[in-house]
Amino acid sequence: MTTPTRTRPTVTSGIGDSPLRPDGVPKLKGEFQYAQDLWSEGMLWGATTRSPHARARIVSIDIGPALATGGVHAVLTADDVPGPGMFGLEHPDQPVLASDEINYWGEPVAIVAAEDPDTARRAAAAVVVEYEALPPLTDPEEADRADSVFRRLQIRSGDQEVTGEVVVEGYYEVGTQDQAPLGTEAGLAVPDGSGGVDLYATSQFVHADQSQVVEALGLRPEQVRSHPTGVGGAFGAREDVNLHIHLVMLALHTGQPVKMVYQRSESFTGHVHRHPARMWYRHHATRDGKLVRVEAKILLDGGAYASTTSAVLANACYFAVGPYRVDSVLVEGIGVKTNNPPCGAMRGFGAVQSNFGYESQMDRLAAELGMDPLELRRRNALATGDRNPTTQQVIQTPLPVAECIDSLAAIPLPDGDDPILPGGSGLTTDRSHIVRGVGYSVGIKNLGFSEGSDDYAEARVRLTDEGAVVETAAIEVGQGLVTVLAQMARTALGISKAIVRHVDTSRIGSAGSTSASRQTQISGGAVMEASRRLRERILAHHGGDELDDLGVHRAGELIAPMSELIREGWEETYTFRHPPTTPPDDDGHGDIHADFAIAAHRAVVDVDPELGLVRVVRVDTAQDVGRVLNPVSVQGQIEGGIMQGVGLAVMEELVIQDGVIRNPNFTDYLLPTILDAPDVEMLLIEQGSWWGPFGAKGVGEPPTISSTAAVAAAIRNAIGRDLNRVPVRPEDIAL
Amino acid sequence: MIVEFRLNGEDVNARVVGPTSLLDVLRDELGLFGSKSACAQGECGSCSVVLDGEVVCSCLVMAADAEGSEVTTVEGLSTDGLNPIQEAMLRSGAVQCGFCTPGIVVAATELFRVNPSPTRIEIKEALAGNICRCTGYGAIIRALESLSGGEQ
Ligand code: FES
Ligand code: FES
Repeated sequence: MTTPTRTRPTVTSGIGDSPLRPDGVPKLKGEFQYAQDLWSEGMLWGATTRSPHARARIVSIDIGPALATGGVHAVLTADDVPGPGMFGLEHPDQPVLASDEINYWGEPVAIVAAEDPDTARRAAAAVVVEYEALPPLTDPEEADRADSVFRRLQIRSGDQEVTGEVVVEGYYEVGTQDQAPLGTEAGLAVPDGSGGVDLYATSQFVHADQSQVVEALGLRPEQVRSHPTGVGGAFGAREDVNLHIHLVMLALHTGQPVKMVYQRSESFTGHVHRHPARMWYRHHATRDGKLVRVEAKILLDGGAYASTTSAVLANACYFAVGPYRVDSVLVEGIGVKTNNPPCGAMRGFGAVQSNFGYESQMDRLAAELGMDPLELRRRNALATGDRNPTTQQVIQTPLPVAECIDSLAAIPLPDGDDPILPGGSGLTTDRSHIVRGVGYSVGIKNLGFSEGSDDYAEARVRLTDEGAVVETAAIEVGQGLVTVLAQMARTALGISKAIVRHVDTSRIGSAGSTSASRQTQISGGAVMEASRRLRERILAHHGGDELDDLGVHRAGELIAPMSELIREGWEETYTFRHPPTTPPDDDGHGDIHADFAIAAHRAVVDVDPELGLVRVVRVDTAQDVGRVLNPVSVQGQIEGGIMQGVGLAVMEELVIQDGVIRNPNFTDYLLPTILDAPDVEMLLIEQGSWWGPFGAKGVGEPPTISSTAAVAAAIRNAIGRDLNRVPVRPEDIAL
Repeated sequence: MIVEFRLNGEDVNARVVGPTSLLDVLRDELGLFGSKSACAQGECGSCSVVLDGEVVCSCLVMAADAEGSEVTTVEGLSTDGLNPIQEAMLRSGAVQCGFCTPGIVVAATELFRVNPSPTRIEIKEALAGNICRCTGYGAIIRALESLSGGEQ
């Protein structure tokens, strides 16, 4: 019923609510279709032949035995790649299939299509490749000396001669973390019968997949449509293409649909990883704890191909100081090219690595000064209106560093024993041996793309008999975008019935990548603005003053019912851009970033120093979230992000020797289980973003950035010893 | 060979060639895609099914060994709507990407069948074999704790 006195429409499940996620029921019943579950009549199965060497020259390839295998329809090598045959997210430096040189272990050499997955795998193994093995370059410092680099970046701010009364130095390392999304890479390519292909594959960014397929294979853009499909987690692993180009080649070659699913071991070589880091730091401060100068050298190993190394390196460097004021800065960043597995995007994107460096340094400095570690951070806290000490960009968005620190400190510490002992169900630990430690870390990260890239998202909002339908190519990877975009449409339109529908690359402009914590802000911005404009146009057309589920009203009276609006076929498409950014100048300065977010973490750990076992009891947090659009989703992002940070702190590491991954499986690459999960208490700081829709900031990455360093600090606090490397291994504790 | 067993209350038979896992038969032969394959090594629980009253990783069970058994997959745990476990998980935000979800639904439903009011630690122990990469487990624990104690 409408009431004449009403001034605002009442919308259910708009922003601020936690409506049930629309894909929740099918996911719970096992009915949701993931890329792994796609099926097409008469489809073939693909498989990949990969290099067993980290560096080699290909002497010859004999596909004869593979092709002779019964049930095999195609065996393709570099010779069969039409077009330039190169791809890459930032620039195309990676061959679709290796032709004469191998640059990393597991590099694809041939692809096969066969009638069932087993035959495809056997045929891939039957491709005879003769290699001349060459010594791989795997030491990043050697690569730096040899000038084998993707990018060098130097940042200089302020007087380079100043020194502090107190100086602390440290060297830190971060191991290689894998995103390990539970769903592996998978996809289906279906030829359309007229030279084109529909591609359905795991992704974070279908438009980039589509353009890389088209460019690598020399196709016309209209020949390839990339469709969003069900993705079982991403965390950065889906930003680059892997099986996409191979699937399209096989489908075009055979004229049949082709499906490919990576098994777990292949997934570990099939996607990029978090960059391992080596970092040298020197912090100068006054005796009363004011930072005077920060010097850092950050070396990231990008592996064999570029992927996003240059952007990850930039992030590590731009946030090398952390959320602190300091006038004098020198940062030297190097992203090297080696024969290790390629590295690229993972949640936190460079900011994780340098956070471990600068926060370890802040603790070291606090100890040197005899100062409380939180007090040292508070004294140097960056705030809105300050310049980021690296880029010299004036920070315009609300930046509640001090508020996060104070809120975190106000969360009571637990007392009493934790029911779970270090070592978990092994129960080898004696409770009397356990020592408890507490550690802190505060992190900062940019939101959205940086350094002058044109960062935009297109969305369309239509009125149909299903309600408001939001059309987008922004990928849902589990984070809840399908829920929050509908919430924004509801609130901005005033209509309670709204759904999100994914459409392929031929039917909508790019939404950009589901990465950089950006979709809620950027695709959200597009949805909000398209909805707002649509509402205004509808009201103007009908001369109304209110729109709601019933239709258009004027002075409280319904003048155009919803059925009429639906018949009129209203729709609005909008492309949203965040405030422009600039590339860096020669000193690394500029308006590099669009927005920033802060999180602070306090970890409480129980350690058995003799056995080297750690139980992370709690990780409490205060996070700058802009505005909470969906409380349940925000909580889920924060808890999930913290868990991945804890994983990097105490267990997750790809062991790479001579370029070979030694533990590409879930038995040896350890992931946190429910018994490893800390309790989490969180305080959300809502000060609004300076441009995000409804004041929203991205919330996905900040939980991962500083939780790792907080856990490491807590372990140091428990055992009273320095630890300069994550993950902290039992042998690092029990010397 | 042909393997016959009861699947979600119905008799089924499947053609099995060579050393095939029950998981592969469920997905590729019988077209039940609810059970997921994330590691194929018994480490993640995303393939969990109930086999003769016990939660097992179907990726580790040879299909031939299911002969004559009673198998329940996620598809057999609810009819039209959701069962109370699924309902609680939906409301608590225990589903993100959802790839772990079928396995967790299977393990949790079986836990509550055997023990209608599990403690927090019993919940954690029952789910220790189910990896979730997205949620950090908090929402899953909250969902199941809200059910512990039965009807209320
Ligand atoms: S797929 Fe069976 S336990 Fe992981
Ligand atoms: S919801 Fe993604 S793995 Fe659990």
